[in-house]
Amino acid sequence: MEDLYREIILDHYRQPRNRHAIESPSCSADGSNPLCGDQVTVAVVVDGDRITEIGFSGQGCSISQASASMMTEYVRGRTVAEARAGVDAFQQMMTTGTVAGLEGFDDIDALVGVAKFPARVKCASLAWKTLEQALNEGGAPVTTPVTTDERNSNG
Amino acid sequence: MTIADPRDTGVQRLPFDLARIRRDFPILKREIAPGVPLVYLDNAATSQKPVQVIAELTRFYRDHNANIHRGVHTLSVESTELYEAARAKVARFINAPKTEEIIFTRNTTESLNLVAHAWARKFLHEGDEVVISEIEHHSNIVPWQMLRDARGIVLRYIPMLPDGTLDLDAARKIIGPRTKLLSITAMSNALGTIVSLEVLVPLAKAQGAVVMVDGAQSVPHLPVDVQALDIDFLAFSAHKMLGPTGIGILWGKMALLDAMDPFLGGGDMILTVNMERSTWADVPAKFEAGTPNVADAIAFGAAIDYLDALGMDAVREHEREITDYALRRLADVPGVSIFGPMDADLRGGVISFELEGVHPHDIGQVLDTRGVAIRTGHHCAQPVMLALNVPATARASFYLYNTTDEVDKLAASLQEVTRFFGGGR
Repeated sequence: MEDLYREIILDHYRQPRNRHAIESPSCSADGSNPLCGDQVTVAVVVDGDRITEIGFSGQGCSISQASASMMTEYVRGRTVAEARAGVDAFQQMMTTGTVAGLEGFDDIDALVGVAKFPARVKCASLAWKTLEQALNEGGAPVTTPVTTDERNSNG
Repeated sequence: MTIADPRDTGVQRLPFDLARIRRDFPILKREIAPGVPLVYLDNAATSQKPVQVIAELTRFYRDHNANIHRGVHTLSVESTELYEAARAKVARFINAPKTEEIIFTRNTTESLNLVAHAWARKFLHEGDEVVISEIEHHSNIVPWQMLRDARGIVLRYIPMLPDGTLDLDAARKIIGPRTKLLSITAMSNALGTIVSLEVLVPLAKAQGAVVMVDGAQSVPHLPVDVQALDIDFLAFSAHKMLGPTGIGILWGKMALLDAMDPFLGGGDMILTVNMERSTWADVPAKFEAGTPNVADAIAFGAAIDYLDALGMDAVREHEREITDYALRRLADVPGVSIFGPMDADLRGGVISFELEGVHPHDIGQVLDTRGVAIRTGHHCAQPVMLALNVPATARASFYLYNTTDEVDKLAASLQEVTRFFGGGR
């Protein structure tokens, strides 16, 4: 069990970073896993090609909420291209079970254990997929439903 | 010592000996990790199987396997006889007037859909009302929404009260002259609520409506007598009552089944076929197109023998005691809130709960490491979750082999969960 619930994950769950509303976001997206009830909203401010502010809200299991907290810590201050690369690296980690080695943010590696629990991968991936969706909206302040629930997506 | 069965079915009644019962279920000896025995509390999802059922399944494939209703050879005759004997056991188990009124399907969902297609599409018209309830499983909601969109029927819901029981006063207003069908669960899979069929069925009958009961949770756990209930259709599944997956039952009154068109067309359901048209076989063959799930139906017969030998009154009494114990034990665990009726007389062996500050998914994951298997999520009853204003719940559900020791393990493990996640939201 300690493979899954590393102390750093519980720390992000209990004291989430960047869990706040964003005044006038450049773009945002809602994500949910209907089967388990995880829900995350991600809003970002993009200035030029850089993400200057990011905030999230939501409710759900410790994995989904800790992953959201870590994601925002990683993304804030990075370029949109770097954020997208982070999304890909995270998905890679969930698929292969080897640490992403995301530069400058070791906390995320604690989520590597999730790959051993297939039922929980969708929880960990939710915030990252939601971020990707927000960025795909091309800066327009729209909200689009995202799901990482395999029974509700075509993936 | 054996006790005579009061229903005089020739079944020898066995005393309810929990230790002996548990020895019949090999999986209960399993360890989830070294030194961590399984505590199986997900019986509302599916039950475990006794050796008698597993043996019957392998015996059929080893000694009798052949297609039914076709060959003149010995194996085909034997298979047909075993399959039809299983049908007779099911009929007797729910006190159906006629064995032919038992239709083998895949599961409760297919049984409900069969009625939605073969009865409701033929006999219901625009503006006719189908009454269900807020505590239905999705399988008794979605077919009626589909019918509403296809036929323009009106779908009405009997609401749930905050204690998880149905609002019977509202039901008296909802069930009226336009009600053509009441399709209602006998026991909520999400909350365990035992529905007051003794009130609802007469209300529907007084309006001349047909009554279908979703018995997926009730038939495995309570004595069920379709004649005493005065209902028209009953749907349930073998796998929740010691039988194999892939077998469901639809029971219906012969007059209704006779008037219905077939559900699926193909082999075994016809009387004659020419290039222009076909004529239908009699009930039940009319509804059993194609080669049925012969082996699992026969093994289901062995499951019914097992339940008959214990007696459903004894099964219910054991589960009532376990549920009563669990309600009191869980209520004592700090942070636990239980949904649904708190009186074990009003609920089956299903307890949905939440633990303050811990998402159900996390509860389930930690309990698994202690060997305790529960279900977490919306339990295919999203309207119930909406009414309770929760995204999901944790659910422990019991069966005839569960013990108070296992309830204690659940309670102790929940305290560990709280310690582990302490400080979370």
